[in-house]
Amino acid sequence: MRRHRNLAVLALLGPFCLLFAGCFLAPIGYAIYQSLLKVERSGPLGLGGDKSVFAGFANYSAALRDSEFTGSVLRVLLFGVVQVPLMIVLSVVLALLLESASARWVPFFRSAFFLPHGVPGVIASILWGFLYVPGISPIVRLLDGAGLQVDFLSSGTVLWSIANIVTWQFAGYNMLIVISQLKAVPIELYEAARIDGTNAWQLARYLKLPMARPAIVLTTVFSIIGTLQLFSEPLVLRPLTVAINDTYTPNLNAYTQAFVNNSYNLAAAEAVLLALVACLLSFGFLRLVGRQGDE
Amino acid sequence: MTSTPLRWRIIVSSLLAVAAVYFLIPVYWLVLAATKDTTGLFGSNGFWLADPHPIRYLRMVLSYDNGIYLRWIANSLLYAGVGALAATLLSSAAGYALAKFRFPGRETVFNIVLAGVLIPATALALPLYLLFNKVGLTNSYAAVLIPSMVSPFGVYLCRIYATAAVPDGLLEAARIDGAGELAIFRRIVLRVMTPALVTVFLFQFVGIWNNFFLPLVMLSDQKLYPVTLGLTSWHGYTDRAPILYQLTVGGALLSVIPLMILMVVLQRHWRTGLTQGSLKD
Repeated sequence: MRRHRNLAVLALLGPFCLLFAGCFLAPIGYAIYQSLLKVERSGPLGLGGDKSVFAGFANYSAALRDSEFTGSVLRVLLFGVVQVPLMIVLSVVLALLLESASARWVPFFRSAFFLPHGVPGVIASILWGFLYVPGISPIVRLLDGAGLQVDFLSSGTVLWSIANIVTWQFAGYNMLIVISQLKAVPIELYEAARIDGTNAWQLARYLKLPMARPAIVLTTVFSIIGTLQLFSEPLVLRPLTVAINDTYTPNLNAYTQAFVNNSYNLAAAEAVLLALVACLLSFGFLRLVGRQGDE
Repeated sequence: MTSTPLRWRIIVSSLLAVAAVYFLIPVYWLVLAATKDTTGLFGSNGFWLADPHPIRYLRMVLSYDNGIYLRWIANSLLYAGVGALAATLLSSAAGYALAKFRFPGRETVFNIVLAGVLIPATALALPLYLLFNKVGLTNSYAAVLIPSMVSPFGVYLCRIYATAAVPDGLLEAARIDGAGELAIFRRIVLRVMTPALVTVFLFQFVGIWNNFFLPLVMLSDQKLYPVTLGLTSWHGYTDRAPILYQLTVGGALLSVIPLMILMVVLQRHWRTGLTQGSLKD
């Protein structure tokens, strides 16, 4: 009987674990391995063929000394510090508004807010790209008519134009997660609060907001991870503006190193650093809110 | 239900309406833009109709370059459909095993899988390409399909759902009746877990459909492209072939319609069990 159960566990868990090992653990291990190597060219003019040799942490120090790479990391951090809180606040406010007793046409509004999540990131970027480029964009034209000269693609604004694309795509999705959390609150709690004479604002602030906390934490962590991965938005917008170069975000940088410069080892080191930063930030955030929750 | 003051209703409705305009304007622009040719795109007011020929222009999208667009759509359906189906089955089996069986190392396995949720997918894609390149798997359907079948988040959801929803008594009764473990999983557990399976499938389907970095890294043959990659390649050539402006716009509209309908119709399933785990902690 015991043996029987163990076989069942193996059959149920085995296939997933095998693929997980192949597509998650192996690439991480291989990236770490590759990041410790460097390519040495031998013979006159380096024409004698390539050979990979152990390089220690040379790739890491090269990446950390590369101002393009550190600059790209700082850029997405700045992006995250501004965009993630703004988007989460927007999502929570929309969720609370939709869940308030004063809201009308709730299914329509909920669908309208959630709709953009059905648009893939690259398509959303192509779409907003058209809305940013003078000549095609009716928005630029409208603002122009009102006497406002706005360049959405200048070096000062383009990061926030990207933030807008990401917010547009994910605010409704995060809102839906918050709403699902609010729906899980026992109805008796609301009833009790209402009998106590709580007004709509107090209900939202002191009952619903604390209740939505787990969902807010979850969406924030996923948003932080998403921010560090920024890639398709700058890639699609790059041909439209000189303000975006091919090292604009860490991912774009690693992609350029690997496929344009053929520096796979450096790209691997950058991928490892990126994963480390993502884990540090999400664990750090989880610990931070965990500690606050205990108080 | 107490009635709320009219003043509040007006304020809330206005705020919601402003938000709706923000979320819907790009979609509105896209629908109108798909009825215009490249000249119309540049020459007319984007928020209004100008010489609309939706059918003719959408036909051009479908027939351009020997109908490569339809091939991209079919590829996307294949990647997302097969990948999500496999991921759902694998996640449910793994989640059920982690929830309902006691074995050494169970928590370790679960914690490693959970850490997988926090690893940026794009950080994996590059080393995965190097690995697949070694074994000659790049530039093939398998290169995109195999990684799409793994969903650590799916395992997490399925474990939580199975713990809460699959009664131990039901499993014991089936075992006493002499049913084999795999038969129990197939006939009973999968049925009980259906709501969670729908959620995992949707998540993975949309995730694969929207994925761009993995196919970009893995594929070089246009015929293997999913529609996201295909449209981006059109968009990248607009400088040389201006007709691609209108084809990109029309293709973008065609590609988002099915997914938007799917999202709105199946909204309910995006809730089920999504945050149940964090609620229990």
